[in-house]
Amino acid sequence: MLVRLALIGLVAGVFSAVFGVGGGILIVPLLIWLAAFPAHAATATSLGAIIVTASAGVALYAARGDVRVGYAALVGLPAVVGAILGTNVQRRLSGGTLTLAFAGLLAAVGVWLLVG
Amino acid sequence: MSTWTIVAAVSLGLAAGVLSGMFGVGGGILFVPTLVALGLGQVEAAATSLLAIVPTAATGVIRQRASGNVRLKPALVIGVASILGAEVGVRIAKAVDESLLRRAFGVLLLAVAVQLAIRGARERRRYPDVS
Repeated sequence: MLVRLALIGLVAGVFSAVFGVGGGILIVPLLIWLAAFPAHAATATSLGAIIVTASAGVALYAARGDVRVGYAALVGLPAVVGAILGTNVQRRLSGGTLTLAFAGLLAAVGVWLLVG
Repeated sequence: MSTWTIVAAVSLGLAAGVLSGMFGVGGGILFVPTLVALGLGQVEAAATSLLAIVPTAATGVIRQRASGNVRLKPALVIGVASILGAEVGVRIAKAVDESLLRRAFGVLLLAVAVQLAIRGARERRRYPDVS
């Protein structure tokens, strides 16, 4: 189990640093498939791992002068408020429509990055 | 930076947080394109996004701890192993052409969008009255 978890971490670390994401997109399904985690535990545990992964990435990039602290605050502080709202949404309703709306938003941004 | 740019950045930050709280991700998937739209290079956007992820993910962990879903030891093992991976990832990001990274991120977004669309459609079928 320890080896599997370490492997998940290695893969997620590369992915996270290359793309600037936490790696939850990979960690959550890998915990479910390789470590037999229930979905809710995988999601919550992934968030815990992400704190370490993202901090490592920040430290490595900061040493090379790539981190812009003001910009991080501009998007990161509203996101903290959003995260609190998001957990409430998750508890209260099925969220199917909201999930579809997010899929649309991500698809639009993805197309913009590809053609823009 | 104009007022509208700030309003747009704050709104997308808020949306990234909601996404994070709902699906247990860090929010980077929206931070990176927002920062690129604000004029940062792809590598700068990735580096800055990682910093914004830390408080967002921490908020999620604090909110979920009460439910007992956070398994600390596995989270730490994954986190510590990922430090080694992150070193490799930073080297790759600095070596690869930024426009290639940007396109690869676009493809990643589309893949996640398809995954979310399938999940959303399934949830709507299961709970048609709620949404």
